Amino acid sequence: MNELITHSAAELAAKLAAKEVSAVEVVQAHLDRIAEVDGEVNAFLHVNTEEALAVATEVDTARAAGGAEAGRLHGLAGVPIAIKDLIVTIGQPTTAGSAMLRGWMSPYDATVIQKIRAAKMPMLGKTNLDEFAMGSSTEHSAYGPTRNPWDLDRIPGGSGGGSAAAVAAYEAPLALGTDTGGSIRQPAAVTGSVGVKPTYGGVSRYGAIAMASSLDQIGPVSRTVLDSALLHEVIGGHDPADSTSLTDPVGALAEAARTGNVAGMRIGVVRELQGEGYDAGVQQRFDESLELLRGAGAEIVEVSCPNFKYALGAYYLIMPSEASSNLAKFDGVRYGLRVLPEDAPLTIERVMGASRAAGFGDEVKRRIILGTYALSAGYYDAYYGSAQKVRTLVQRDFDAAFAQADVLISPTAPTTAFKLGEKLDDPLAMYLNDVATIPANLAGVPGISVPGGLAGGLPVGIQFLAPAREDARLYRAGAALEKLLEDKWGGPLLAQAPVLGGVK
Amino acid sequence: MTAVTDEILSFEEAMEKYDPVLGFEVHVELNTRTKMFSAAPNVFGDEPNTNVTPVCLGLPGVLPVVNKAAVEYSIKIGLALGCRIAPSCTFARKQYFYPDTPKNFQTSQYEDPIAFDGSIDIELEDGTVFTVEIERAHMEEDAGKLTHLGGATGRIQGADFSLVDYNRAGVPLVEIVTKPIVGAGSRAPELAKAYVAAIREIVKNLGVSDARMERGNVRCDANVSLMPKGSTTFGTRSETKNVNSLRSVERAVRFEIQRHAAVLESGAAVTQETRHWHEDTRTTTAGRPKSDADDYRYFPEPDLVPVVTSEEWIEELRAQLPEPPAERRKRLKDAWGYSDAEFRDVVNAGVMDSIEETIAAGATPAVARKWWMGEVSRRAKEAEVDPAELGVTPETIVELDSLISAGKINDKLARKVLEYVLAGEGTPSEVVDKHGMAVVSDDGALLEAIDAALAAQPEVAEKIRGGKLQAAGAIVGGVMKATRGQADAGRVRELIFERLGVQG
Amino acid sequence: MSEINREAVAHLAQLARIEMTAEELDKMAGELDVIVDSIKTVSEVAGDDVPATSHPIPLTNVFREDVPGQTLTNEQALSGAPDAEDGRFKVPAILDEE
Ligand SMILES: [Mg+2]
Ligand SMILES: [Zn+2]
Repeated sequence: MNELITHSAAELAAKLAAKEVSAVEVVQAHLDRIAEVDGEVNAFLHVNTEEALAVATEVDTARAAGGAEAGRLHGLAGVPIAIKDLIVTIGQPTTAGSAMLRGWMSPYDATVIQKIRAAKMPMLGKTNLDEFAMGSSTEHSAYGPTRNPWDLDRIPGGSGGGSAAAVAAYEAPLALGTDTGGSIRQPAAVTGSVGVKPTYGGVSRYGAIAMASSLDQIGPVSRTVLDSALLHEVIGGHDPADSTSLTDPVGALAEAARTGNVAGMRIGVVRELQGEGYDAGVQQRFDESLELLRGAGAEIVEVSCPNFKYALGAYYLIMPSEASSNLAKFDGVRYGLRVLPEDAPLTIERVMGASRAAGFGDEVKRRIILGTYALSAGYYDAYYGSAQKVRTLVQRDFDAAFAQADVLISPTAPTTAFKLGEKLDDPLAMYLNDVATIPANLAGVPGISVPGGLAGGLPVGIQFLAPAREDARLYRAGAALEKLLEDKWGGPLLAQAPVLGGVK
Repeated sequence: MTAVTDEILSFEEAMEKYDPVLGFEVHVELNTRTKMFSAAPNVFGDEPNTNVTPVCLGLPGVLPVVNKAAVEYSIKIGLALGCRIAPSCTFARKQYFYPDTPKNFQTSQYEDPIAFDGSIDIELEDGTVFTVEIERAHMEEDAGKLTHLGGATGRIQGADFSLVDYNRAGVPLVEIVTKPIVGAGSRAPELAKAYVAAIREIVKNLGVSDARMERGNVRCDANVSLMPKGSTTFGTRSETKNVNSLRSVERAVRFEIQRHAAVLESGAAVTQETRHWHEDTRTTTAGRPKSDADDYRYFPEPDLVPVVTSEEWIEELRAQLPEPPAERRKRLKDAWGYSDAEFRDVVNAGVMDSIEETIAAGATPAVARKWWMGEVSRRAKEAEVDPAELGVTPETIVELDSLISAGKINDKLARKVLEYVLAGEGTPSEVVDKHGMAVVSDDGALLEAIDAALAAQPEVAEKIRGGKLQAAGAIVGGVMKATRGQADAGRVRELIFERLGVQG
Repeated sequence: MSEINREAVAHLAQLARIEMTAEELDKMAGELDVIVDSIKTVSEVAGDDVPATSHPIPLTNVFREDVPGQTLTNEQALSGAPDAEDGRFKVPAILDEE
């Protein structure tokens, strides 16, 4: 294992700037790592070897030229990144983890990809996910499950299991994820990595294949809090192509992460996001983190969000409703899979029905049918309409909680990584994984998951939530906890992960 | 598909027994430069699938952004229809699968249209005025264009396959929906035509649509139902789709009234269904019956945010509205002093604007009408263009008229001068100079020509001397010939009588 | 229970344009019934006085100026098409609908 891959993005950026190492070497080290371990992990659906090396070469050339050209390079130029395969890219297939889009090449780039290109960050490839981001285990991918680097028999979380596993397995220092109900934070929690869901509208959604438009958000995946902040600064900011994009400036996120201080910060423990339903080991690590934060000068207060208990139900009405609509476009007419029914008549209606039957997996069909039901005549008010009202109540709970606390804290997920296949036939049990992450999506507030230690040898995640537009607080609190824990552990949590790909 | 020919009752008999109730949904394509939700050009007639962006094709990951001009045009339409403008309104998704609809939903408005509760007065040809109440006018997007190929005919029935061009997909539409129109009686077909004509005129006058029905800029769905005379309970309605010429609107409504009457007379019930209008046979045929398959599952468009209209914004737009066409016609008719018949002829000839401009340039109403309804209309007919498109400017007409008044040219010469002006030879005065076309006003030259003519026709001179004054025409003709038409015939006649010593 | 039966799912599958076999319909009906049962409480939580929230962060009047932007070439537009002809997307017969 090349020592280079163990460095954080911030460290690699420093080494590149100091010309201690070339971008080509950095990219090659990661490509080698992918070749070495991804057969086991299956984090990547596509490896973008040529383009990644070409971009790295450009960076090295510019840096070698010195002067203005080198000066124009972004701080993360040459630091490689992996992209969740829900985000469209020119030059690499975008599949959304679905047979529907096998081999589909987008003729346009997502806004975040344009920003990644402008920063000259080499894209290592596209990472695996639950089909159309629907799932919490990355088992619902048409291209096979991704495995958790901590235990290859376990799930890496989902839907962004590919991005989280890639980062946790040192295949990439950074990755992009998308978070609709926890798809960045829950995989981060169960793989011992860091994941951030920005404030809704803080990062452009243009080019992220929509699951639930009012909940989806692109965000950073990394091994350190500072790295997520650095990446967040690259991808964040206003985009006129996204009508829900905020006009606020991105903010000094990396600076907040470097400050990493909780002295005087009021941290609210959400009564409803702990206790029953949360593993004892998860609860223990969570309680220890609270003690550390208290010791560092934080004021720990308890807050109550009584409507959070309805959040999961509201989510499982809003999300499938919007998804049923967003996924209607996949019909085999303009792109994607087309299947002709074997028997006559060959009507377009039947071609669409057969194409969608063959192109979508079970979980996607389940959510489309559920969403169609919730929106159909006679049910709208009871289901979709009511769920939107619960959303208002959840927001009011957040408002009240943030009147008492600067940030909120909870375990990110109720359990550690479960075994592959364990919950595949029990959709409800699968949905419960997102119980602590969903309220943030309903309310649009930002959240971060940072490693909180191990329970039964598997990572536990600690989640911080902040008011909308106060993403910087997440980085301040998250980095503080990260430092307190790493001091205690004597190094990052991932240093305790088992070695992959045999001993080399 | 061979349509079963429906029985119909004579219109007169239908009117004896039933009262028709009408309703219209008119779709108006706006002539903005770009589409409703994407920056693709809104241009008719280009190569297929070239005026498209990823948004127009509904590619994975795309998001809509509202065209501000389309919103302003919609507000102007609302104001011109006497509607109230919603202080706040939203977009909604109307969901149905069809290959001309790239997302398989139409982005439209549902619960809160931008304009509602309006009314317009419709004047029939004989001056009868009907008030039509407007229920709503909402913003939405057009679909692509399907061409059906193979099979026996070019029609949808029997087609082997269809080709889709998305250039039109996303063109801004305003759908104007009336309240039920009761009380038109036997004038219903006429009112239908006049209503659509009025909408077309209004949007054209506003400059918000090219309003060319043959291009589908204005498309009408006509709802017809019958109530037995004396009843106030509406019958079951049919909706005849896409009736796209004024003549067809009148005929389709008339046909549906006759068809409904025959159904009701036979003791059967009218089916609530969509009908298709066939211009060739001047009949409608049944489309799909309305069923619960028409569950559009409307819900608020999560990718777009509400449109909020301030008083200032609305007043700013109101100030930009041109004078309503009906008011303007009344004002001009009064000001010009034309008779009803004269004014109607002017309107029908499409020269009202030209006459107005000509009067503004200094001509009297009578002179302006003489030219535009006379020589200009004649030439336009020859050239097979509209009079206004012939290239005759108001200034030309004013100048021609003043040349005549000054006795420099006569009517006949003036027509010749106009021909040269249209051939690009300059202003009327320039043409007169260049071609030496002025009437001969030098008495000496005229007397010379008169003496020659009298000498050539001594028998005519005798007749005149004998008191047969009307015989002078032959001498005048000779003089005109000799002066190539450039003599003032009145003056020539005077001089002849003077010469021959008779009292004219 | 059994609010969502096979017929109901068949209708939903038709609305959603997903062909399903009889077994799939039965399986889906069973699963949906459990899910819907578990989230039903949502309809009882909020009263009439609670407004619906459709956007987490409220914004209004986000507009684009009416200025043409970059379009796709015909080739790009058709690049993912399962079938195309004469610069247009080709789809099988559409039988008598609208
Ligand atoms: Mg309609
Ligand atoms: Zn419409």
